[in-house]
Amino acid sequence: MTTTEQSPGTEPASDYGTHPGAIANSIFKYLSTGAGSLILVTLAAVATFLLVEAWPAISAAGGDLGDKVSFIKPEDGQGLLEIIGFLVYGTVLISVIALLIGTPVSIGIALFISHFAPRRVAQGLGYLIDLLAAVPSVVYGLWGVAVLVPFLQPFYQWLADNFGWIPLFAPPESGEVFTGRVALSAGIVLAIMIIPIISAVSREVFLQTPKLHEEAALAMGATRWEMIRMAVFPFGRSGMIGATMLGLGRALGETMAVLMIISPGLTFSSHILQPNQHNTIAAYIALQFPEANALGVNSLITMGLALFLITLLVNMLARWVVSRRSEFSGAN
Amino acid sequence: MKLAIRTGAVFTAAALSLSLAACSASNEEPADTATSETAAEATETTEAMESLSGNLQGAGASSQESGMDAWRASFQELYPDVTVGYDPVGSGGGIEQFLSGAVPFAGSDGLLDAEEYATAVERCDGDGGAYHLPMYISPVAVIFNLEGVDSINLDAETIANIFDGKITTWDDEAIASQNEGVELPSSNITVVFRSDSSGTSDNFTDYLEQASNGAWPYEATKEFSTAASQSVGADGTSAVVDTVTSTPGAIGYADASRAGSLGTVALKVGEEYVPFSPEAAANIVAASPLSEDANGENDLAYAIDRTTTDSSAYPLTLVSYHIVCSQYDDESERALVTAFEKFVASADGQAAAASAAGSAPLSDELSAHVTAILDEIAAG
Repeated sequence: MTTTEQSPGTEPASDYGTHPGAIANSIFKYLSTGAGSLILVTLAAVATFLLVEAWPAISAAGGDLGDKVSFIKPEDGQGLLEIIGFLVYGTVLISVIALLIGTPVSIGIALFISHFAPRRVAQGLGYLIDLLAAVPSVVYGLWGVAVLVPFLQPFYQWLADNFGWIPLFAPPESGEVFTGRVALSAGIVLAIMIIPIISAVSREVFLQTPKLHEEAALAMGATRWEMIRMAVFPFGRSGMIGATMLGLGRALGETMAVLMIISPGLTFSSHILQPNQHNTIAAYIALQFPEANALGVNSLITMGLALFLITLLVNMLARWVVSRRSEFSGAN
Repeated sequence: MKLAIRTGAVFTAAALSLSLAACSASNEEPADTATSETAAEATETTEAMESLSGNLQGAGASSQESGMDAWRASFQELYPDVTVGYDPVGSGGGIEQFLSGAVPFAGSDGLLDAEEYATAVERCDGDGGAYHLPMYISPVAVIFNLEGVDSINLDAETIANIFDGKITTWDDEAIASQNEGVELPSSNITVVFRSDSSGTSDNFTDYLEQASNGAWPYEATKEFSTAASQSVGADGTSAVVDTVTSTPGAIGYADASRAGSLGTVALKVGEEYVPFSPEAAANIVAASPLSEDANGENDLAYAIDRTTTDSSAYPLTLVSYHIVCSQYDDESERALVTAFEKFVASADGQAAAASAAGSAPLSDELSAHVTAILDEIAAG
């Protein structure tokens, strides 16, 4: 009698009504739906929190925020908006350095493991790369500041001596690169941190290349490199982009390593060999948070909101690129 | 990362306080009666000591963290039923938690501003608002890394010019003229500063602003900034000390207890050059007036006089306070806070911090004054 009133959507469940797994099935359905919607709820909660907490600072930004928050100095050109501008620039600059260095190396590692290395070596190397991903960022920071930075300093000096005429590599006023705690070092350490992520994902993608495509390329007389260019890359392109965006996500939000390595400053300078020029949003928040008063915390959360928006934008851009590319790949 | 660790600490502390509250519920009665006689004779106080119980949670400046560790450990030895916790979130965070009522006392390197004083009147019982009690006095050393040189003499003006990048080499006439007989290299000076927001920077820039005859063009601030092109920022005291140690020709500033084997600067005070010492640091506090904004005579908020000419005093000194209410609505909370703060201000407490953190003990008069103020703190 009541079955006639049921909506079409619930019918499949009632078909199995007598089946012993029916209850488990519907429980599982609700659990997975719940888990799925939890993501949306969390995202909405984070966005709401950021907006609500940032609002007092945003609404006071035009007024007396500078008098109440010690690190905001509109008279020195460091109002809330200006600081966010400097920090967004610094964050993007350092992340781009990390990607420029990290991506080619990662793709190289992934190709070596998937197509060049003998199977046994490939397996061992794969484990090692995964292990690198598990090293906490504070360890990278410590290693960076204690080992890598002093090691890189003479190289930076060489770079400044020979290529100092390029604004990017201009040395400090005295012509001497007296410290390695600059944006380039932070970028290099971030590159090392994102290599495991990018190479692990691209490796998996490259391994999915249909054997027939590869063999067809080889059968037509292609060298191994030509085969990779013709069969592996087109197939794995969207996967590589996805992997790079994952890496970029980690680079954008990384706090500890940047905090420990860079000597921070707030400028729009392009000189990546000079200290006190750049800082990232996450590192700036960590530097100022302990001593911040109520409105100071609100201001820092506004910066967090900016970071949230950047990451969201980057991810949406990546999605768009991947979906546009997917029709050309062999994946479908 | 840092945030996550701190939130973790808060949660642990909250969990701890919950379980402790459960344990101490049955003891509350004796604690109340016993601690109301804190002013009694020594024999009676031993009795009171044994029955004081509960959980006391503070938060604030990380500068006094190692001193606080010593105070907590010794205090808990005296009162086994009491647990004292301290979350070194930083002065700003500590004041925040104190004003919202989350903790009964805060540690702070700086003074409350007018707005915070007003909030404190609402937060505390009665109309008395909050008091600053100076508990942790620590000299800040100007440290440098020059091979074979342990100490040099500098006046505030020269230090300001070095840190602002107007003096760029060690053999500059301004430095050499104050240090005859010291072999100064011609190498460049690298300025090392705190890149994080800190009370040490606040005290250092306050000294430069007050004492340098205008050579330091900026205001005192927790966020150090400099025009020196050869400068490096480092996050936290340890990083500053590490950077100076690893950079020949570097100069920086850090809590004196962390100076280690680095060279230190003797500051020009009056006609003499004064190296840092705990006694000289305590003297500058004794010689300084209370801040004009202080909340009555019981509020020991000092305006440190960095321009003193008294050569027994070291003007580059950090005073870290405990901020307490002038009145608590809960008797057991009042008993815990005053008992703990009295111990901190006592000779034993100050000696414990001095040996653990290298701080300067309060003078006997100041210690007695703080104890008298604590005796006046009432329960509503």
